[in-house]
Amino acid sequence: MIELSDLRKSFGAVKAVDGVSFVARDGEITGLLGPNGAGKTTTLRMLYTLMQPETGFIKVDGVEITENANAVRRSMGVLPDARGIYKRLTARENIEYFGRLHGLDEATLKSRCDALIAALGIADIEHRKTEGFSNGQRVKTAIARALIHDPKNVLLDEPTNGLDVMATRALRQFMLKLRAEGRCVLFSSHIMQEVAALCDRIVVIAKGRVVAQGTADELREQTGESNLEDAFVKVIGSEEGLSL
Amino acid sequence: MSAWNVVFWKEVRENLRDKRAIVSTFVYGTLLGPVLFAGLIGLLISVMLERSEKPLELPVIGADHAPNLIAFLRSQGVEIEPAPADPEGAIKRRDADVILRIPAEYAEQWRAGKAATLELIVDRSLQKAEQSISRTERYIQAYAGQTTAQRLLIRGISPEVIQPILVADVDQSTPQSRSGMLLAMLPYLLILTVFAGGSYLAIDATAGERERQSLEPLLINPVSRGQIMFGKLAATFAFAAASLALSLVAFAIITPFLPVEKIGMIINFGVKQCLLLFLAIVPLGLIGAGLLTSVSAFAKSFREAQTYVTLLIMLPAIPSMIMALNPLKPADWMYAAPLLSHQLLIEQTVRGEPAVFWQFAASISVTLLIGSIVAFVASRLYHREQLAISA
Repeated sequence: MIELSDLRKSFGAVKAVDGVSFVARDGEITGLLGPNGAGKTTTLRMLYTLMQPETGFIKVDGVEITENANAVRRSMGVLPDARGIYKRLTARENIEYFGRLHGLDEATLKSRCDALIAALGIADIEHRKTEGFSNGQRVKTAIARALIHDPKNVLLDEPTNGLDVMATRALRQFMLKLRAEGRCVLFSSHIMQEVAALCDRIVVIAKGRVVAQGTADELREQTGESNLEDAFVKVIGSEEGLSL
Repeated sequence: MSAWNVVFWKEVRENLRDKRAIVSTFVYGTLLGPVLFAGLIGLLISVMLERSEKPLELPVIGADHAPNLIAFLRSQGVEIEPAPADPEGAIKRRDADVILRIPAEYAEQWRAGKAATLELIVDRSLQKAEQSISRTERYIQAYAGQTTAQRLLIRGISPEVIQPILVADVDQSTPQSRSGMLLAMLPYLLILTVFAGGSYLAIDATAGERERQSLEPLLINPVSRGQIMFGKLAATFAFAAASLALSLVAFAIITPFLPVEKIGMIINFGVKQCLLLFLAIVPLGLIGAGLLTSVSAFAKSFREAQTYVTLLIMLPAIPSMIMALNPLKPADWMYAAPLLSHQLLIEQTVRGEPAVFWQFAASISVTLLIGSIVAFVASRLYHREQLAISA
């Protein structure tokens, strides 16, 4: 479970995140919807300990991240905005590298690797160097790498960005599988349909603030729109930076 | 396995698969020094040998006026040649280095016991002609000296009367120490190797990772940034050390083929020297790796890092240049100054002087201390929030 409370972060005069609070629960998919530049990535970066919030606090499974950043990192699997993988290493070596950094023993590492490679359907490319991989293959490798330590909480920053239809579908299936395993899944997106189709709870962010949150029904109710996409546009105030 | 070790092996493995890293570290970094050195030494020796061994070719105008002088010159191995029609023009066109003109009144003046005048047609602004001119002057002086001695003897006076002082050189240089002069550029070439050898990996492992967007995911792992930095620094150091070792081996292989003994010199580059040199220079790798990593962490982009690193590699040249232009007398404190101490230790070692324990110990410990401080700075830079965020 992830709790964020009153997070703020500014870069110079720009208030990238201006008081964001929400909760992402275990066994649910929480979607962070907002146009490009709304503050989704900065919010997630504070959550996965890459940036320090100026105010507010973040708790992961009840542990405040400033108290024990490494414990929090161990309980989180992150697909960050930057998802570069090492092109001179094979897909499997990329995954193993992060597993070893997590301190997994070789037996656990092997079984986790095998399981993730099977679950993500990348067995045919696991021994290939990642140079020349398609976007989908790269994202899958990066996700396997992020989940090698079997984290309770999964954070995905715009996971379907740049993927084709097949890869997007496979990824959505995978996220549902993570939810079924009881994990807390938090992902950001600027694609309304994706959020509508996948999420148990939706947090809508615009200009660094949470402008609405709740289940799909709750959002429809709050806005008085029967169509969820219309509801999104209404709370954000503009269609700019969103995709269907 | 500790985290820095995991990072270390990943960097080593990844870079060993990178053709450009291999070429930069093990071909360019390793061979540049020895090849440059062999080329320069070879050139220097061949120029010195050619100048001193080649008989002097001397075009002479009016050779008939002084047959004895001509005979003396021939006996010294000078090749007397007929003068060109336009001697001044020939000098200007650089067809000849020096032309001797014996005026018609020479014989007359000689017989009268007056100072007989000879003319050397030369262009003093030409470096290349300097050697030929001074050789010609030396031969003519020698002939004049011989004649003076004869004339004095005829008059019953000892020639020593006109030579009140005789200066004798007592040269303390040995063949080894003379080669030390020739080896003045060796320290820089070796020190350069240890800086350049790790530079590709250092840029790639920090600035390159950020540019390829893999630094952000890496830093999310439950590992301190200090450990990640240290793994990368250790890999940089390992590549620098490997580059240095290979470079020393290349030097050891090449030097026996350099014809230095022809000019009376000996270069010591055996197994013992290689080991001593490695021991003396390798601690510099820590300073190098720390600086390279700091610069890569500080730079905003790969290109910016490359620019800084190019400048950084020039840094170890400074003491070498000072020593070449204005050789300092070795003082004890110099062995506690990085770069300067390396300059001295390398020169002493190849000159074949025995290794002095405290000098090596002082250089190594001070260098490691400064290296640790630089590594600490690199680790501080790694803790900056901006580090992972690619522009």
